[in-house]
Formats: sequence, structure tokens, C-alpha cells
Amino acid sequence: MNRRDFLQVLAAAAAAGMPLTPRSAWAGSQFDGLYQVPRFGNVHLLHMTDSHAQLQPIYFREPSVNLGIGEARNRAPHIVGANFLKQFGLKPGTPEAYAFSCLDFEAAAQRYGKVGGFAHLATLVKQLKASRPGALLLDGGDTWQGSGTALWTKGQDMVDAILQLGVDVMTAHWEFTLGEERVQELVSGPLKGKIDFLAQNVATADFGDPVFEAYTLREMNGVPVAIIGQAFPYTPIANPGHLVPNWTFGIQEEHLQSVIDEARGKGAQVVVLLSHNGMDVDLKLAGRVRGLDAILGGHTHDGMPQPVLVDNGAGKTLVTNAGSNAKFLGVLDFDVKKGKISDWRYRLLPVFADALPADPGMQALITRVRKPYEKQLGEVLATTEDLLYRRGNFNGTFDQLIVDAMLDVREAQIAFSPGFRWGTSLLPGSPITMEHVLDQTAITYPSTTLTEMSGERVKAVLEDVADNLFNPDPYYQQGGDMVRVGGLTYAIDPGAVMGQRIQDMRLDGKPLDASKTYKVAGWASVQPNASGEPIWDVVAQWLRDRKTVTVPTLNQPRLIGIGDNQGLV
Amino acid sequence: MNYPRRSFLKLGGSALAALATTAMWPLRALAAAVRPEAAFVAKDLEGTYKGLGGTPTASAEIDLSTPDIAENGAVVPINVTSKLPGTEEIYILVEKNPNPLAAAFTIPEGTEPFVSLRVKVAQTCNLIAVVKAGGKLYSASKETKVTLGGCGG
Repeated sequence: MNRRDFLQVLAAAAAAGMPLTPRSAWAGSQFDGLYQVPRFGNVHLLHMTDSHAQLQPIYFREPSVNLGIGEARNRAPHIVGANFLKQFGLKPGTPEAYAFSCLDFEAAAQRYGKVGGFAHLATLVKQLKASRPGALLLDGGDTWQGSGTALWTKGQDMVDAILQLGVDVMTAHWEFTLGEERVQELVSGPLKGKIDFLAQNVATADFGDPVFEAYTLREMNGVPVAIIGQAFPYTPIANPGHLVPNWTFGIQEEHLQSVIDEARGKGAQVVVLLSHNGMDVDLKLAGRVRGLDAILGGHTHDGMPQPVLVDNGAGKTLVTNAGSNAKFLGVLDFDVKKGKISDWRYRLLPVFADALPADPGMQALITRVRKPYEKQLGEVLATTEDLLYRRGNFNGTFDQLIVDAMLDVREAQIAFSPGFRWGTSLLPGSPITMEHVLDQTAITYPSTTLTEMSGERVKAVLEDVADNLFNPDPYYQQGGDMVRVGGLTYAIDPGAVMGQRIQDMRLDGKPLDASKTYKVAGWASVQPNASGEPIWDVVAQWLRDRKTVTVPTLNQPRLIGIGDNQGLV
Repeated sequence: MNYPRRSFLKLGGSALAALATTAMWPLRALAAAVRPEAAFVAKDLEGTYKGLGGTPTASAEIDLSTPDIAENGAVVPINVTSKLPGTEEIYILVEKNPNPLAAAFTIPEGTEPFVSLRVKVAQTCNLIAVVKAGGKLYSASKETKVTLGGCGG
């Protein structure tokens, strides 16, 4: 589907109109036609990814900074704001503009309400499955982590939720941070016979034996369809390796090619990779392996209204990315005739909680899993006067509170907080509850640390993380954003080579001394022996002491050499 | 989980170890005979190549497989397959290690020229496979990144 087709579909849908039993007539009219997605073809794949255990509707602000370097410059997904809308033919001031971009976020959030929520997602899944016989629901992973309840139940709440949602196939990333044993327990227990947990690129570290099934071959409306799983390739690097000590990951291109060839050999007429590589890695991969019709991607949390079509010489591969936080559901339809794909349609549907009634069964499940924890989750710690969010290449406002809290509580000169891409948004005037703090911090290795580091070491850390984000070769990227920094100011030249990106580091306006030591606070250490107070307790106590918080200054680095990069508003 | 080979090794571990010790002796003698001492003690690529007898020519006939980003810099897996006819020797070099030459293999005639090993990689750099075939040196190279990790996603 090209841009003009996409617009025509939108226009046709809008013209046709479709009542959606809205909460109010006003809310209803503005969402008219959004979920009218007629069936196309005979192979139907529904795709969700990176929900980060957000069972309830939330706010999620898309990034205003998502820089593309090298070939990725000014190319999807590295386009934000008005340029993004232009690229994808979306109109400002519409529900789509609110869902896909950061423009006028606060006003649009007031108008269009919360997004996601598994009960609302369930309604949409049911509607689409009803119109698409045989449709498979694929979950790209990062489902069992990201909330207090997922942490406390070791992923059980989310396993219950995806079973009820009707997920057929999944792959994983943060799931692995529950540890090898817990993952195996869930895969061979509640998932068995119901959800295929696939990962062609996870093998035993000793002999390279496969740990999980690589793919599943299903017949859909007479068409054999293969789904291959691709787990996050850098799990033991970006997350603690000690949680998966016996497993090795990596992109494993050659093995992937052999799996594709095997599936084709067994008659698959459509072969799709359910990927947690991240979009930049997927775009490169699509040009290097043959025989994939689509890569349904996640990890980098890019809500892409349309796929990128990659030509690898032997054929074309659609590459999608389906956003995060249960905010979107991807719908990919293939029309397969005489064993060949003749045409396709793709939509990435935003899940507006005000436009989709809650599914009663899923709502009951959510109420049940939250009940034992309602008191802890609901504790109001403070009120925010400013918009709080995380997503973006550099410090978000919620990160600013976290690094400020670490500086104060741990009496540090510099604070580092990981550049995770999950973490929900809060509107000005909102109470900050313990649940919101956990939405930013709920991981299985939450210890805060206080270390003495030389100025030279501080620079090395910043350079290392910057290279994981801005290396022009996506295979050397890990898909996180830049480490969030408190206390220290700096400048960054993303297009420079490693070792020369970070410049002009200053503490209280004075240049950082390479040979002097500084007290540096951090959390989420990948080392096995970290034992400091969990980050959520540090942040919660700091908030309780304040009652009201604002974010007067956001410690973002001075950008060098960015020019007219469209990854910046 | 399925660990058949590991279980087998655990069961037979001590017996295998004893066997390996005995079997190593003739190999050691052979290794001493061909060990390129000057290349092993060299501290940079130039010196290593000098010790091996010259600078190799890049070749697409060598398959070198290494991770893009090392999961653990202390044990980085490398696989090398040479499709060059008359392959006699395979060398593994880690560009920025204190001594770049990490391993040397002689490939007796009639042997499949394939080696698989793990090497320590001190910092992000090129891993290089050098193949001696028909008396000439060829190479393939790939960068492996060694990172502090922990940047999430």
C-alpha cells in the first residue's frame, strides 16, 4: 500500500463511518471510522509488541528526539513530529496525530484520552478475529515486564492476560530477565500447547543446541504460513548475562536463513519473522536474508503507520514496527493466490480506550490480578505540575526526577539512569502513585549503586552507551536510548566516531577532570553482586518528601552536527 | 531444557580428561615444530604478519563468523572455514590484544579446513582469520564490539 492508497483507505473508512458504542457521543464522533478495517486476502496476522505489562489504559508520549545517523538519517523510524505526519500522510489535530506523534501532546491527551489497556485491546482483537477467520495473534515480546504486578507475580499476570487475549505465538526479550528457570517454567507450563514461544537465535552456550522452537508452520485458509521467532539478540549484554548464564543469543543470520529455507522446503507460502531485533536491525537484516515476506518488529517502540519495503535482490520484505505499551495493534493481510503473495494491506491501529469498550472477561482478569496489590500500587507519593514522560534519545522529564532523586538521596555528584524506552507518561496535575514509579523502574535487578569513578571513566561510560545508540551500523546498536544523566552537563556529536562523540563535560559549570574521582549514583547494574536499595524506594521516598514536583530544567545534552535532522522537533 | 551433550560430557568427564592428557603429547610435539614464535610474541598486527611471513591478501573464500557484539569478552566464539584450495594453516588474530596472535592451526592434507574456538577480546577491534594456502597468506576480518552493556532497551 503506498501513501496515496493509505489515505484513500482512511478517507473511505471515515466516509463510511462506524458507531463504536463510545463513552459519549462527542468522544464517538472523533473516532468515527477508525476501526473499520475490512478483511483483505486470506492470510491474516495481528501483531502486538512491547506492551511492557501495561494492563490498564495509560498515556504514552511518542519521542520528540529520535535521531537517525548515517543511512538512518531522515528515514523512518527516525522522523518525529510534523515531519512524521507529513511522511505518513497524517493530518495534525486528529486521533492518529495524537497516537503517532508527540505534537500538542497535552491538549491531545485531554481530548482523546488514554491509550491501550488489555481490556480495550481484547475488544479490538475480538473484532478483527471475527472478521478474519483463522487470523493469528502474534506477540513480539516485552510483555512480562514493566509493571509492579508483573514483577511481583514473576510474569504470571501477563501470562494469564495473553492466554485470555488469545496470543498464538510469541518471542521475547525482557521475559528473560525473570531468569532462565522461570522462563522455562512458564513456557513448559501454562504456555504449553497454547502459545508457541519461538526463538531461532537462542542456543545453549556450551554446544549451541537450540533452547526453543525456531518456527511454527500453520495452515490458514488453505495457505501454509510459517512464523519464525527472533528474540532480542543482545539480551545478555543489554540486560544482566547472569540471568541467562547458559544461553547465547545474537542475530544469527545464517541460522535464520536455514530456518527460512527449511520452512519454505516444507511448503510455507508465507514466511514471517516475529522479531525483537529493533527496527534498524530489521531493516538491515531484511536486505541480507532471502525468503522473508515480512518482519513484524518491536523493541525500538517505533509506531510506524506503514511498513518499509526492503528489496534484497531476491524479493521484497515488509518491515514494520508496532510501538509499545499496548497502544497499537498491527493488522497485516496477505492475499495468496496459487502459492504466491499477490497483494497485501497493513494498518497499525491505535488502541483508544475511549473508542473501544472494555472487554468484560479481560477486565475481570485485570481486576483479579491487581486486587492483592491495590494498596501498594495506589499510594499517592506526590503531584506533578509538569508533563512526565521518558521516551526520547535523551533525558525525559520522568528520568529527570529519577536522577534528581538519586543525586539527593545517594549524595552523589553525578547520576546515571538507563535509557529504557518503556515507562508511561503522566499529565500535568496528576498524582504520582507508587504504580507510576514502578512503571518506570520495575525490573528484577533494581539495586541502586554508588561508585567512585574517574572523569575518564565517566566519559568512557557515556561514549560506550552513545555508540550503542548512534553506531551507523545497526548490528552494533542495542536499541536503548542514551543513558539519562544527572548533575553532569555535556555535548554530543552523534555522527562522530566512538571516543569523540562526548564533549564539553561539566560539573557545576567546571570542566570534568579526567584524573579526578567523582561520586556516581546509578541503578540497574548488570553485575550479579549489586545490593543497594531498590530504585523505586529511593524515588518514592524522595517524592513523599516533596508532595509537589516540577521539572524546571531538563538536562539534555547540547547537540553538535545535527543540522536539519528530522529526528528532532 | 535439553542438555544431552553436556550431560554426556559430565558423566564421562574424568575419563575424557585423562584421555585428553595422554593424547596431547604428540600434538604438543607437533605444535612446537610449527609454532611461529616470532608471530606469537609480536605486539601489533604488523609484527604478527612479519612473523607469519608477510601481509595477507583479503579473500572472500574464507568464512569468518564472530559475534557483532560480544556477550562476554573473555570467551568470544570464532568459527573459520577456508574454501581456499591447499589450505595448510589457519591463524586467529585479535587486532588490539596485547599479543594479537591468539591461535595457530596446521591443517594436514585431507582435513576439512574448519576451526572453532573461543578467544579473549580485550576491547572492540577486528578479529582476523589468516589462512596459508599454496604457500600464500590470505585473510578475512570482522569487527567484534566489546561493550560495558546494561543499556537496556
